Amino acid sequence: MNQQTTSPARAIGQGLRLKGRWWVTALVGLMLIVVLWLLLNLIIGGQCDGPCVVGALAQTLRVATPIAFAALCGVMCERSGVVDIGIEGKMLMAAMVGYAVNLFAYQALKDSMGVVAAGNLSRWLAMFAGVLAAMVLAALHAVVSIEFKTNQIITGTVINILAVGLTGFLYRQFLAEHLPAGPGTFPIINIPILSNIPIIGPILFQQKPLTYIMLITVVVIQYVLFHTPWGLRTRAVGEHPRAADTVGVNVYKIRYINVIAGGLIAGLAGVWFTLEAVDVFNPMMTNGLGFIGLAAMIFGKWNPFGALLGALIFGLGNGVTSTISIFRPDIPSQLPQMLPYLLTVVILTGVVGRATAPAADGTPYEK
Amino acid sequence: MTLALQAAGITKRFPGVLANDKVDFDLARGEIHALLGENGAGKSTLMNILYGLYQPDEGQILVNGQPIAITNPHDAIAHGIGMVHQHFMLVPPLTVTENIMLGQESVLKASRALGQLALLDRRGAAQRIRELSQQYGLEVDPDATVRDLPVGAQQRVEIVKALYRAAEILILDEPTAVLTPQEADDLFVIMRGMVKTGKSIVFITHKLREVLAVADQISVMRGGKMVGHANPADATSESLAQLMVGRQVLLQIDKADPHPGQVVLKVSDISVRDDRQHMAVDGVSFEVRAGEVLGIAGVQGNGQTELAEAVTGLRHPVKGSMSILGHDSTHATPRHVIEAGAAHIPEDRQKHGLVLSFSVRDNLVLCTYYRSPFAHGVSINFPMLERNADDLIRMFDIRAPGSDTLVGTLSGGNQQKVIVARELARQVKLVIANQPTRGLDVGSIEFIHGRIIQARDKGAAVLLVSAELDEIMSLSDRIAVMYKGRILDIIDAKTASREQLGLLMAGVASRQ
Ligand SMILES: Nc1ncnc2c1ncn2[C@@H]1O[C@H](COP(=O)(O)OP(=O)(O)O)[C@@H](O)[C@H]1O
Ligand SMILES: [Mg+2]
Repeated sequence: MNQQTTSPARAIGQGLRLKGRWWVTALVGLMLIVVLWLLLNLIIGGQCDGPCVVGALAQTLRVATPIAFAALCGVMCERSGVVDIGIEGKMLMAAMVGYAVNLFAYQALKDSMGVVAAGNLSRWLAMFAGVLAAMVLAALHAVVSIEFKTNQIITGTVINILAVGLTGFLYRQFLAEHLPAGPGTFPIINIPILSNIPIIGPILFQQKPLTYIMLITVVVIQYVLFHTPWGLRTRAVGEHPRAADTVGVNVYKIRYINVIAGGLIAGLAGVWFTLEAVDVFNPMMTNGLGFIGLAAMIFGKWNPFGALLGALIFGLGNGVTSTISIFRPDIPSQLPQMLPYLLTVVILTGVVGRATAPAADGTPYEK
Repeated sequence: MTLALQAAGITKRFPGVLANDKVDFDLARGEIHALLGENGAGKSTLMNILYGLYQPDEGQILVNGQPIAITNPHDAIAHGIGMVHQHFMLVPPLTVTENIMLGQESVLKASRALGQLALLDRRGAAQRIRELSQQYGLEVDPDATVRDLPVGAQQRVEIVKALYRAAEILILDEPTAVLTPQEADDLFVIMRGMVKTGKSIVFITHKLREVLAVADQISVMRGGKMVGHANPADATSESLAQLMVGRQVLLQIDKADPHPGQVVLKVSDISVRDDRQHMAVDGVSFEVRAGEVLGIAGVQGNGQTELAEAVTGLRHPVKGSMSILGHDSTHATPRHVIEAGAAHIPEDRQKHGLVLSFSVRDNLVLCTYYRSPFAHGVSINFPMLERNADDLIRMFDIRAPGSDTLVGTLSGGNQQKVIVARELARQVKLVIANQPTRGLDVGSIEFIHGRIIQARDKGAAVLLVSAELDEIMSLSDRIAVMYKGRILDIIDAKTASREQLGLLMAGVASRQ
C-alpha cells in the first residue's frame, strides 16, 4: 500500500514513517537540520553562521544531484520488475564519454566558433554523448536480462566490471596525459528573480543545469509513474506481469523501455561528475554514488519524491562533512567522510521502516 | 439457436502431456454452459486457448460463425471474449479502478495527444465501474485497494474487469472455488442476470451440485478429451460424476458412528496473531476426542490457518493454553508436537508440506528421518528409506515413475498423497488436516477422505479445517464454524444443514 503513494508530501512523510500532513514532515525536517547545525557547531567551535549554513545546504543539493539521478534510474527499472545494480557502471561510462567528447569537440570547434560558443556547444554535445553511452549499456542489460532471462544481479555486476575496465583502459590510452585544456564545466545559472530570494535563492536557484534537470526529472517521473497509462502498466508489470499480460499489456516492451529510459537517467548522473562537478576524469571517479543512489531508492520506497529525499539526506551528510573538514583540519578527514556510508548501512537495516520491493522485481517473465 | 463461440478440433500438447485432444466445444448465445472435469482434464488449457494465452497445435476457433485467429489476449478481448482466471489476475497493491482499467486506460480528453503519457482519468473510469456494478449487481468499491479485499470481492472485480472490456462471452474458470455457498448462490444470480442481457457464459467447475443448479448445458472433459454432453434436466450427480471420472464413484463417504474416547487435543481460550500482527484467532476453545472428527468450517481467512499453525507449534499463541493428551503444548515446537503423536497435513502443500526439489523417498521421511529405523546416530539407513518409500508408494497409490522422482514434478493429487502417506502411515493420535483435498480430483479426494476416516476409526482424534462445506459435512462428527477469529458455534454434524452453516460462515450467529 505504502508504495502506491501519489502525492509528494505523503511520499516524503512515508519515507520518514510519519503519518499526517506535509507540514509535520517539513517541521521535522527543519528541526533535523537545526539539530544537525547545533551538533556541527559543537564540533567546529561555533564557527558555522548563517551564510555557512546556506552554503552547506546548497552543497547538499549539488551533491544530491547524481545520487537522485541514480535513484531515479533504479525507480524506473525496478518499478517495471528489472533489478539494476549496474547504475554505477553506466554512470562511470557516461562520465568518461562526456569528458572526452567535451574536450575533443571543444578542440575541434573553438577556432571556427570562438571559445565561448564552442564551450557551450561542446558541453551539451558531451552531455548527449555521455547519456547515449549509458543508454547503450542499459540496452545491453535489457537484452540480456529480459530476452535471455539471466540473473539480473550478475548482469548488473558484469556491467559494472565492464565499465571499470573499459573506462580505465581508455583513460590510460587517451586521457591520462598531454591533454589540451578543455572548456570547463557548466557555469552556474542564476534563475531570474527567484535567485534573489534570501536563503532559498542561493540554495535552490543558483545551481548548475543538471541540478535543475534533476529536480524536473523527479516531478516528471512522479507524474509518469502515478498519473499516466504508461506508469500504471509499469507498476502492474513490476508487481504481477502475468496479470498485465492477460489484459494485453506487452510486458517485454514495458521493461525494455523503462530500463533504457533508466539508462538515460543514469547517464545524466554520470555526466554530472565531469560536466558539472569537476573538469577532469579519474578512473572510478563515481565512487560508489550509484550504489548510494540505490540505497536512496529503497529509502524512498521506490517513489521518486522519496528517492529525492533519500538523496538529499546523503547530500546533507556530505555538506556537513566538508564543513567539518574546512573548520577542523585536525580531525582526520576520513572520519567525517564515513558519515554518508554509515548512513547507508543504517538506512538499509530498516530504520525508516520496512520497504517492500515490487513483487516481481528481479524475476524474468516467462510467457 | 446461434452459436457465440465454437472451438473445433483443438489439440494442444505440452511436453509429455496431451492437454487437449481434438476437443470440440460449442457455446450458444445467451446460455450458461458448464464445463465439468477433474483437475488436469484440460479445461483451463482449452479456455486459455480461446483467450489467446496459448496457441493450439491444431484446430480452429469461430466467433459468431466466423473463423478467427486469436494470437494473444488482445485479440480475444477485441472479439468480445473475457476471462476470469482460476488464479485471479489482479495486481494486489493497485486500486480496483487501476486494476480494471489496466490495458484500456481512460485518459483526460485534453491530454490525449500525449498517448501513453496522458493524464489518467481515474474519476471517469470509476464512474463507469459504478455503472457496470449497478447494472449487473456486482458490488465493488472502485477506490479500494485490491490487496485489502476479501476473495469474493476480488472475484467481482475480475468480472467487472471483463465487462469493462465489453465482453459478450465470459469465461469463468472455477469461480466458486473460493466462495461460501451463499456467495456462490449470489454469483449464480448475477450470472443469470448477465445471460438475460444476451451475454454467454462458460462456467468451469468440478462441483456437481453447482452444475445442476445453474447450467443450461453441460459438457464434460476427461484426460484431455471431450467425453460427453448432458442436459441438466436429465442429468444426476451420479451420472455426471461417472462421466467425469470414468468409473463409478462414491460421492458420499460411508462411515460408521464415531466412538469418542478420551480428550486428545484441548484448546483453551487461545489468541493468535498473524504476520501483520492482527489478532487472527481471538479466544478460541474446543476439544477433540479420540475417534472423532471435529471440522472447522469457515470462509478462508477467518483465522483457520493461524489456528492450525498454533496447534502444530508453527506459531505461538499470545494468550490461552493447549494440551495434547494432557501434556501442555502451548509453547511446544513442531517436533515436540509431532513426537506427541500429531500428524499435520498443511494448507499449502507445496510451500509447507513438501520440499519440492527433494525426491519422493526423502519427502516421505521428513519428520522421522532422524529416528530409528531410518537413522543410526548421524548416519542414515538408505536401504530402509528405499523400502519405506516403495511400501508407501504402493499402499497409497502414489503415481510416480520411481521413489527418486522429484516431488515437484508430480501432479497435485500425487503430491498430496505423498503428504498423506507420510503423515498417516505413522502411529498417530492426532491428525490436523488443513484443506486436505484442495484442488484435487474426485478420485484423489475419495481416497484421502477414506484415509482420514480410517485414521479416525483407528482411534485418532482428527481436526479437519476446510473451506469446502461438502467436505466438512461428509467427514465431520462435530462442526465448529469460525468467523473473524472466533468460533461462533459448534454443532452436531448429524443435525447441521447447509443453510445453517452458510449463515454461520457469513457471521450470522445461530444461537438464540
Ligand atoms: N503451461 C503448461 N505446461 C505444461 N503442462 C501444462 C501446462 N498447463 C497445463 N499443463 C498440463 O495440461 C494438463 C491439463 O491442465 P489444465 O488445463 O490446467 O486442467 P484443468 O483446468 O482441467 O484442471 C495437465 O496435465 C497439466 O499438468
Ligand atoms: Mg483449471
